[in-house]
Amino acid sequence: MVAAGAWTVDHAVWLDRQVQQRLGALPASIRRLTVRLDGLDQLDAAGAWLLERSARQLRAAGVEVAFRGLSGPRARLVERVGEAAGETLLAPPVRRTWLGRELERLGATTVAMIGEALALLAFLGAIVTTLLGTLVRPWRLRLTSFSAHVVQTGVEALPIVGLLSFLIGMVLAFQGASELTRFGADIFTVNLLAISILREIGVLMTAIIVAGRSGSAFTAQIGTMVVNEEVDALRTLGLDPMEVLVLPRVLALVVALPLLAFFANVMGLLGGGLMIVLVLDIPLTLFLEQLRTAATPMQLFVGLVKAPVFAFVIAMVGCRNGLRVQGDAASVGRLTTQAVVTSIFLVIVIDAAFSILFNVLGI
Amino acid sequence: MRSLSGPGSSDAAIRLTGIVNAFGPHVVHDGLELTVRRGEILGLVGGSGSGKSVLLRTIVGLLRPRAGRVEVLGADLFALRPAARRALQARWGVLFQDGALFSSLTVRENVQVPLVERLGLKGPLLDELAAVKLGLVGLGADAADKLPAELSGGMRKRAGLARALAMDPEIVLLDEPTAGLDPIAAAAFDELILSLHAALGLTVVMITHDVDSLVRITDRVAVLLNKRCIVATLEELRAYDDPWLRAYFGGPRGRAAIAAGDKED
Repeated sequence: MVAAGAWTVDHAVWLDRQVQQRLGALPASIRRLTVRLDGLDQLDAAGAWLLERSARQLRAAGVEVAFRGLSGPRARLVERVGEAAGETLLAPPVRRTWLGRELERLGATTVAMIGEALALLAFLGAIVTTLLGTLVRPWRLRLTSFSAHVVQTGVEALPIVGLLSFLIGMVLAFQGASELTRFGADIFTVNLLAISILREIGVLMTAIIVAGRSGSAFTAQIGTMVVNEEVDALRTLGLDPMEVLVLPRVLALVVALPLLAFFANVMGLLGGGLMIVLVLDIPLTLFLEQLRTAATPMQLFVGLVKAPVFAFVIAMVGCRNGLRVQGDAASVGRLTTQAVVTSIFLVIVIDAAFSILFNVLGI
Repeated sequence: MRSLSGPGSSDAAIRLTGIVNAFGPHVVHDGLELTVRRGEILGLVGGSGSGKSVLLRTIVGLLRPRAGRVEVLGADLFALRPAARRALQARWGVLFQDGALFSSLTVRENVQVPLVERLGLKGPLLDELAAVKLGLVGLGADAADKLPAELSGGMRKRAGLARALAMDPEIVLLDEPTAGLDPIAAAAFDELILSLHAALGLTVVMITHDVDSLVRITDRVAVLLNKRCIVATLEELRAYDDPWLRAYFGGPRGRAAIAAGDKED
C-alpha cells in the first residue's frame, strides 16, 4: 500500500474517510501489510496520528504492519504521537442522555439554591455580629470608607433616580387621569399619584435602581479584591474584611437609600403635578389642596420605613456575592449579574411581605 | 510538518523590518529589525517596559505598527486580505502568559476549538486529535474534562500550549512560558518545548526572564535595547558592552545560570 501527498490537519477529514475505506476493503486473509511512505510530501501531528491509528487497528486484527521510506524525523514524530495518544486514549468524555443531564442539573440547582439561602442567613448573622461589635466600640467604624460610599451610592445616584422618578410620576398621572376623567373624578388623580408614589413606586424604583447601580458595584469591587488576593492580605494583616469592607458599605447604603427614596418621592410628585396642572387644567391651588389631604405623613412613613430594609438586603447580597468570588475573573462577572437578580428578587418579595403586614395592621 | 518537506521558499520564518510602535508620544520600538530563522528557538529578552509583549502582539497581527513591515512565512502580514490573513494565522500558535484558556470550556474543548471552527472536524477523530495534543504536552485524561479554573498554573500553560499546537502550526510564540512556575515545573516546561521542537520541527519564539531557560533551550537570543533589537548567541551577548546586558548576565542569577549551563556542556 502507498501513502503519498500532504498528510496534514487541513486534509484530516478527507484522509480519515479514505483510510477507513481502504482498510475496510482489505481482504480478511491478509497477514502482512507494508505501507510505502516515500511519496509523502508533508506530515504533521494529525497525519502522523492517522498513520499510527491505522497501524493499531490492523495490529489489533492480527496484521503485521511496517512503514517503509519514513525519514528519521518523521519516524520520530509518528512514535512521539503514538506515545502521546497512549497516555490519554481512549477515554471518551462521559456522555449522558438528555433526561439524565436535565435531572442532574435540576438537582444540582436545587441543592445550590438551598445552600445559598442558608449561607445568606449565616452572612446576615455575621453582619449583625460585626455591627453589634461596632456599637460597643464605635471608633472602629471606618468613617472615610463609610462617607465615600455614601457619596458613591447616594449623591452620585441623585440624577438618575430623580429623572426616572420624575418621568414615572408623569406617566402615572397621565394614565390615571385618562381613566378617572371618564367618571368625572379627575381630581382624584392627585390621590392616585400621591398614594402610589409615596407608598410604593418611589421607594421601589429607588431600590431597583440602587440594586443595579450599587449592589452590582459592591460585588465587582469586593470580587476584584478577592481575585487580587487583597482580601487574604487584609486577613493576614489581622483586619476583618467584614469590618473593613462589608460594614461601611452596608451602613452607607442604609443611610443613602432612604434619602434617595425621599428625593424620588419629591421628584415623582413634581413630575405628576406638572402633568396634572399643565395637561388636565386643574389649578395649582386646587392641586396643592388635594395633595395635602392625600399625602399624609403616614403615607410617607409607610413608604420610607421599607427603605432601610431594602438597603440592607441589597448591600448584604452585593457584599456576600463579592466574597463568594473564587479564583478567576469570570466568576466576578457571573456573581455580579447574580447579585442584581437576587437583590431585586428579594426587594420585591420583602415589599410584598410589607404590604401584607400593613394590611393586617390596617395602615 | 511542512518544514520537514525540505527547504521552503525562504529560510526566514519571521522577518520584521523598520518596525515603529508608539502609544501616544511614548515610542516603544523605533526602526526595529528582527529575523527569526526557520526551525530555531529564539529567546526574546528585555527590561520591564522594553516592549517584549508589544513586539509579540505585532508579530501575530494583534497590533498594527505605526511603520514597518511584518513578514511571516514569506507573506506581508498587514498587506494580506482578511481571508489570506486568517489562513496564515492557522500556521502559528500563541501561548499567552496565563494560558488564556476559554474559561467556560473544558481543557479538551479548548483544544478542539480551532479544529471545530477552522476545519469543521467532528466525531471520534476530533476527540482523538485533542487527546494526541494533550498527550504531547503531557496532560492526561483526568485533566481533559476539567475547567481551566480547576487547573494549576503549570497545567494551564500546558493546556494553552496544546491549544496553540492544535492546528499543527509551524511557528509557536510563547509569552513567558516559565513565569510563575516553580523551578521543577519550569525545567519540565523547558524540556517539553525542546522535545516538541525536535518532534514537530517547530520554530519557537519565546519571551522569557528566565536565564536558565535561555541557557538551556535557546539557539539565539534577541535583546530589546534602546527601542531596537540585537540578535546573537548567548556567548556573543555576554561579551557585548551594554550596561543593561552586563547587569542581566553579570548579576548573581545570570552568572549562576550560565555557570550551570557551561558545566552541562
